[in-house]
Amino acid sequence: MTDLDPTARTRELLAAFPPSEVDRLDFLRARFDAGLAWVHFPVGLGGLGAPRALQAVVTAELAAAGAPDNDPRRIGIGLGMAAPTILRYGTAEQQRRWLRPLWTGEEVWCQLFSEPGAGSDLAALATRAVLDADGVWTVDGQKVWTSSAHTARWAILIARTDPTVPKHQGITYFVCDMTDPGVEVRPLRQITGEAEFNEVFLTGVRIPDTDRLGAVGEGWRVAQTTLNNERVAIGGQAVPREGGLIGMVAETWRTRPELRTPELHQRLLQHWVDAEVLRLTGERLRQQLAAGQPGPEGAGGKLGFARLAQQLTGFEVELLGEEGLGYDDWTLRRPELVDFNGREAGYRYLRAKGNSIEGGTSEILRNIIAERVLGLPPEPRTDKDVPWKELSR
Amino acid sequence: MNLLYSEIEEELRASVRDLLRDRSPQDVVLARVSAGLGYDPALWRALAVDLGAAGLQDPAVGGTLREVAVVMEELGRSVAPTPFLGSAVLATAALGWERVGERTATLVVPFSGGAPSVRAAGGRLSGRVTSVADALSADLLVVPVVGGSLWVVERASVDSGVTVTPRTSLDLTRPLADVEFEGAPGQLVTEDPAVLDRALLTGAGLLASEQLGIAEWCLASTVEYLRERRQFNRPVGSFQALKHRLADLWLEVVGARAAARAAADALATGAADTEILVAVAASHCGTVAVRAAEECVQLHGGIGMTWEHPAHLYLKRAKADQLALGTPGRHRARLAELVDLPA
Ligand SMILES: Cc1cc2nc3c(=O)[nH]c(=O)nc-3n(C[C@H](O)[C@H](O)[C@H](O)COP(=O)(O)OP(=O)(O)OC[C@H]3O[C@@H](n4cnc5c(N)ncnc54)[C@H](O)[C@@H]3O)c2cc1C
Repeated sequence: MTDLDPTARTRELLAAFPPSEVDRLDFLRARFDAGLAWVHFPVGLGGLGAPRALQAVVTAELAAAGAPDNDPRRIGIGLGMAAPTILRYGTAEQQRRWLRPLWTGEEVWCQLFSEPGAGSDLAALATRAVLDADGVWTVDGQKVWTSSAHTARWAILIARTDPTVPKHQGITYFVCDMTDPGVEVRPLRQITGEAEFNEVFLTGVRIPDTDRLGAVGEGWRVAQTTLNNERVAIGGQAVPREGGLIGMVAETWRTRPELRTPELHQRLLQHWVDAEVLRLTGERLRQQLAAGQPGPEGAGGKLGFARLAQQLTGFEVELLGEEGLGYDDWTLRRPELVDFNGREAGYRYLRAKGNSIEGGTSEILRNIIAERVLGLPPEPRTDKDVPWKELSR
Repeated sequence: MNLLYSEIEEELRASVRDLLRDRSPQDVVLARVSAGLGYDPALWRALAVDLGAAGLQDPAVGGTLREVAVVMEELGRSVAPTPFLGSAVLATAALGWERVGERTATLVVPFSGGAPSVRAAGGRLSGRVTSVADALSADLLVVPVVGGSLWVVERASVDSGVTVTPRTSLDLTRPLADVEFEGAPGQLVTEDPAVLDRALLTGAGLLASEQLGIAEWCLASTVEYLRERRQFNRPVGSFQALKHRLADLWLEVVGARAAARAAADALATGAADTEILVAVAASHCGTVAVRAAEECVQLHGGIGMTWEHPAHLYLKRAKADQLALGTPGRHRARLAELVDLPA
């Protein structure tokens, strides 16, 4: 009999694979196989079927032992969005194939959702997928703002498979092989000067039907799982006080008395309180999730974070005065991850502008809160029952 | 740090809420306020004695400040006219449950803050304190005195030497009064100024829970109204301009809940960072309650401006609470010292 207690499992893993002696990747694979990747996932798929709350215990124990991690910021789309969707809608075969290298970071994932003509109104998308007689789909279309497409091995993709039905019904969800010759990735330079996202052109991309997630025409429902996971901050690690952007600003304030003015002091304290309240809100959400009572607070987490990040980074540039007029580096770069800490204030200010756009704009999140949390009536809609091909675009 | 509500706390909430719904529905509060009746002694007996809510700080009962905070939430949600803050929070924190008990009491400080101005000589107190909350109904006055000592005065004694003069107050459901001592016989409680500091910290921390209750009521009643109210052939609540305002307000209330719970938990457990968490809650929740009440009035349109709709009671309580026991600005200034962000 296997012992499924996560703590005992963690100790066994550390005994069998001492982090200081084994290769990083070997350790990560062994951790996945021991069910300690996501303890709440099923046995055999990186988990133990244990309560989600126990993950924190495992993570703390591994960190204390100096174990390597899987660089979650680099593979965020895979971990946060692809994995829960594959878990919910994937076949056993698909789960076995994709989850392990996804978690260890051997295979990076990206998200081919947004298009030039479909962003907030994602269900309006126009990329076509047509099933051939040989059971293979052919995909044509253009995607945009695709983060990590240049490092990704796989993509989650939604495409239109039936243009004659209303827009939410004719969509199917696929996993796209980014090494397929029909996939062309072009850097799209952004406001910061770097290119963390891309345009992706799909020309005659061949996707076997075995790489479909969920039923044909059910893609919108599958995508909801992805989008909910994107928006709802999953109770990760507790953040210490001054753990985020506010910590950097507070440090500047403490070490640079010559920058202080009474007016900036008032605003700094407001931001400090806002940051602490947001931290406590996240902590409360984490405790709710751990106690098995998920609340709607998660939808607000992203909204609150975006607002605070923008206020704080704007404040930081202003606080720095003359230094704030400079910028660290405008060279076009192709980063593997978004690094708020490794760059200067001007970069943080500009990059934070994306926080209220990526993963659902703040306007869309407010609609979601108002309608699904507060129960306010929806706006009247003209697009719901019309076949997609008859909609104006 | 536990930011959730325990089962016991939820049960307590349910009984307090039931009691307030039966004994102090909004039309009753409005009628009392209009008749200038002040506090409702029968309601106080039911809350303090029958339900035992005043004794939650009694060590024998094993209650904690987390539970007192839950009562404060419900009192805010119902703008009930009771001296709970003065008696069960401030006076009890200063004097202990054994001495206050189920009597009504208050801490004789200006509700907007300020240093003691009463003097003690030969066991007798003299001086005047303006705008004291819960003084009108108090049997027991707990009085901080110049120099830092704390005294108690029994108002029932024949020659108490105390005059309490009601003020016309912004907050109709928590009226203020000026208190004058003219050689009033007092009993020394303690020479330790930390006792007063602790009581004021407890008061400010738990007031955040009252502010949370106010904000929650304002948000919920506004959402309910906007779902029903129709203009331009559709529910007003389907207009995005209003939905976004309410979504933002919701997010602030969610933050207020986390902050108020953190302060209550820290006060209850004696956490090392209690003062920080109280300053955060006091500065955040006061602002949120006022904003929620202002939005409530505005989004109810004309009806929100009337005396007959309860929105004004919440606005008045919220605005007075914002000044009570230190404004948000004062709490932020204290925070600046605590977390080393000097001006
Ligand atoms: C840094 C960054 C990374 C991204 N990464 C990815 C990625 O990896 N994969 C991917 O698929 N996508 C990605 N996106 C795309 C992102 O999801 C979309 O940009 C976003 O959903 C908004 O769509 P849009 O750009 O088409 O704006 P539009 O939908 O055209 O919106 C324009 C404006 O109108 C507002 N608006 C639209 N509809 C409404 C409405 N109903 N009510 C009120 N206001 C409305 C919007 O809020 C916005 O302000 C990324 C975006 C950014 C900025």
